Amino acid sequence: MQYPISMQQAQGFAINLTGRPIVRSLFAIVFAFVVFAIFIVIIGRDPVEIYTKMFSGTLGSKVGLSEVGVRMIPFVLTALAASIPARVGLINVGGEGQLYIGAWAATGVALYIDFGTIWLMLPAMAVGGFLGGAIWGGIAIFLRHWRNVNEVISTLLSNYVAILFVNVFVFGAWKNPTGFGYPYTSNFGVEAILPAIASTRLHLGLVLPVIGIIATYLFLSRTRWGANMRAVGGNPDAARRRGIPVLRYIIFAMLVGGGLAGLAGMSEVSGIQHHLRPGISNNLGYMGFLASWMANHNPIAIVGTSFLVAAIVVGGDVLQFSGNLPSAAMLILIGLVLFSVLGFRRLESKAQ
Amino acid sequence: MPISLPWSNKLAGAQRGEDRLDSGLNGLDQRDHPGSAVRILQDGGQAQPILSLRGITKRFQDLVANDNIDLDIYGGEVHAVLGENGAGKSTLMKVIYGVHQPDGGEIRFNGEDAHIRSPRDSRDLGIGMVFQNFALIPALTVTENVALFLPDQGLVLSRPDLVRRIRQVSDRYNLHVSPSARISDLSMGERQKVELIKLIMAHAQVLILDEPTSVLAPHEVDGLFEVFDELRRDGYAIVFITHKIREVLSSADRITVLRRGAVVTNRSSQGITGDDLVSLMMGIDIVEVPPRAHIQSHIAYDSKKLAYQRDARHFGSVAAIEFKDVSTSEADDPRGLHGVSFSVMPGQMLGVAGISGNGQQELGETLMGMVKNTGGTISIGGDDVKGWPVSKILEAGVSYVTEDPITMAMVPEMRVDENLVLGELASYSNGRVWLDIGAIREKIAAALSGFPLQLAAHDMQVAKLSGGNVQKVSLAREMELTRQAASDPKVLMAYYPTRGLDVVTAETTRRLMMDYRDRGGAIVLVSEDLDELLALSDHMVVMFQGNIVGAFPTEAASVQEIGMLMTGQNA
Repeated sequence: MQYPISMQQAQGFAINLTGRPIVRSLFAIVFAFVVFAIFIVIIGRDPVEIYTKMFSGTLGSKVGLSEVGVRMIPFVLTALAASIPARVGLINVGGEGQLYIGAWAATGVALYIDFGTIWLMLPAMAVGGFLGGAIWGGIAIFLRHWRNVNEVISTLLSNYVAILFVNVFVFGAWKNPTGFGYPYTSNFGVEAILPAIASTRLHLGLVLPVIGIIATYLFLSRTRWGANMRAVGGNPDAARRRGIPVLRYIIFAMLVGGGLAGLAGMSEVSGIQHHLRPGISNNLGYMGFLASWMANHNPIAIVGTSFLVAAIVVGGDVLQFSGNLPSAAMLILIGLVLFSVLGFRRLESKAQ
Repeated sequence: MPISLPWSNKLAGAQRGEDRLDSGLNGLDQRDHPGSAVRILQDGGQAQPILSLRGITKRFQDLVANDNIDLDIYGGEVHAVLGENGAGKSTLMKVIYGVHQPDGGEIRFNGEDAHIRSPRDSRDLGIGMVFQNFALIPALTVTENVALFLPDQGLVLSRPDLVRRIRQVSDRYNLHVSPSARISDLSMGERQKVELIKLIMAHAQVLILDEPTSVLAPHEVDGLFEVFDELRRDGYAIVFITHKIREVLSSADRITVLRRGAVVTNRSSQGITGDDLVSLMMGIDIVEVPPRAHIQSHIAYDSKKLAYQRDARHFGSVAAIEFKDVSTSEADDPRGLHGVSFSVMPGQMLGVAGISGNGQQELGETLMGMVKNTGGTISIGGDDVKGWPVSKILEAGVSYVTEDPITMAMVPEMRVDENLVLGELASYSNGRVWLDIGAIREKIAAALSGFPLQLAAHDMQVAKLSGGNVQKVSLAREMELTRQAASDPKVLMAYYPTRGLDVVTAETTRRLMMDYRDRGGAIVLVSEDLDELLALSDHMVVMFQGNIVGAFPTEAASVQEIGMLMTGQNA
């Protein structure tokens, strides 16, 4: 029987995170950077200079570090949005669309419900964002179970629908009447904005991924529902024969995954943009998807891979500003890292 | 004196050229025909075999699947390879086809050493194989599938030419399928025809078919044998694997019987009887077999209305498990159940004999609701289980030792202890959501303290265990933990419970089953081991093609009779 790559890792009552996969992944990452250096040489640039700039612009300064943190918030959440469904054998490529719908729902709360206080407003926006993403993800499960549509296709395509859905509002009913015709909603009131941390762009949305990671880890490794969920992912037939309600776990995993991506959308509009506009997400959903696969869907490892992806993305921006490389070049590097990590993992599992 | 067959490999190219100059045989494109009217018989009926195996031995770890096998395959004959499950038939065919490499022995093709390292090598020689589940691409048409298989296609396909050749082959050999039909729209019988067309067009001379009749409805089987007749007439060698004696008698020229990996007999089919073949397959001496009337004289049975009241003893009069006229598929579909009825009283064991794949697996799967029954009712303790979720069936006290635990009932990447409590975490954690792993382990240890089988370390991943150790985990869960949860033993569906176990463990497992029964449990025991069935069960049924074809108290059973029923010989 064939199991998805993601499921080949040993799973105990506690999620296994032994040293070997870490060493192997670090090696794969170094390998990817070396290959990318060859690319840089081929186009006639100096890889040492470029890597030095990337490092000093990200991990080497307080501003850089805070930028990496800012990016990590949505990456971790959308990575969890891919990893939790992956635990029951689903491939959720829809983080991007779920993020958009979450942002839309949170914006709706922020603009049209007056709580008057940040203590009610922010939780209400978070709930709205979560529900929006969850419902959007739930459509894929409905299609999969009752209409036999593969969830990879339905989640991927629903991303485009979600983006256009948001456009309908920002170009239409929700457009800021005083915005000179730009497709933005009105700016949020101060009670709908996640406060900044230590006068950087880093904002209080940081608590969302922190809670998300810890809760996911504890849920999967320490609760019986989490254990049952891993059983569903590991062998759905066996789970069914043992009386585990498989469909219920599948629905649950997808709703939570979609909800977390929706939270990422809420955090983006509330923490960074302060209004809703088209293109709020620069592939945040897809980057999270990659981070989840690099981490083998392990919630703790997602912290590391999201950090890596965020650092590369911010590094790409730095290089773009300084005119060294277009930031799109960083997509190549991220792609190399992904293939390298997955490739080394495959090699190892074959060698066993 | 060796004779060179017209399609002899070395000559094939030249021969094909010559053939085109011929007027053609019945209008058949010579490219698709190995040669005209082949005379392979020499004086005294001796001929050179196309394919000749000497001393073929194949081992899988400790298991000797093929033990020093000699086999000759001649052109213009239908050769049946007969044997029970696990007799080594499929392995032998896969050795010939290059899927497996033999550990010893040699294969000669047309008198020359053949080094078959892959299916490609054997195809190049002219050996073709039709697998049980076929090798066709469902989304493509017949023509496209054929085109993909042919070795001599250029870069550009000439579809009309291909269609014409397919039509010629299908007309000549009664293999009628529409070249433009999509495979996914074809029945199993039609797909089989496509496979044969493929092989014929690819110049195969030896056609190997792995249980070709297992996917066919009865009327299609006769059609296949007519195709065999046509092919035989044109000099093809047909080798088919089966365990159905009726088919062997009605179609084969030569018969090879395998038992436990070795050739028991290799002879012409002339003058052989079904009784002889059953005896050879089951390894029993024909002389010792009691007359067939034996069973009927002791007990009259009606396979639709079985009642096992004999040993009801003090466990009550309601059947622990009852199937009434249960069907899972249409009447013309050879797979699935077709009106199966039986019941097992508490404190009784029902043995189910039969070659695997004759509906045994559906008994358990239908009970658990994994397969939906289209007709009939299933009851546990008198209650109709229709619409019950699996959890309710388990709560009613059903234990299920599955046929292949690691794929059917275990999560391979989880640990032994996690698999022991799979689906039962709610009770092992006393209803709490938060797991106390230490407490769960203590509970498992306490529950298994009286269990005689030694399990692998509880923190091992099940995927890393050997087959026997996986089986022991399955037995521990189903026969001990589940039984304790139900307080009294209720119903045990046991599939091949001793498979993969060493002799001592197997014996212990049998004692466990006797104990389960003697405490009032009802057992349905499915096994390939007739000795085991005869030794343990109170009653027996024999399954063939989704039906119960025989039912009797075990003391009235004869191996000969069971063998007849298992292989589709009407008793």
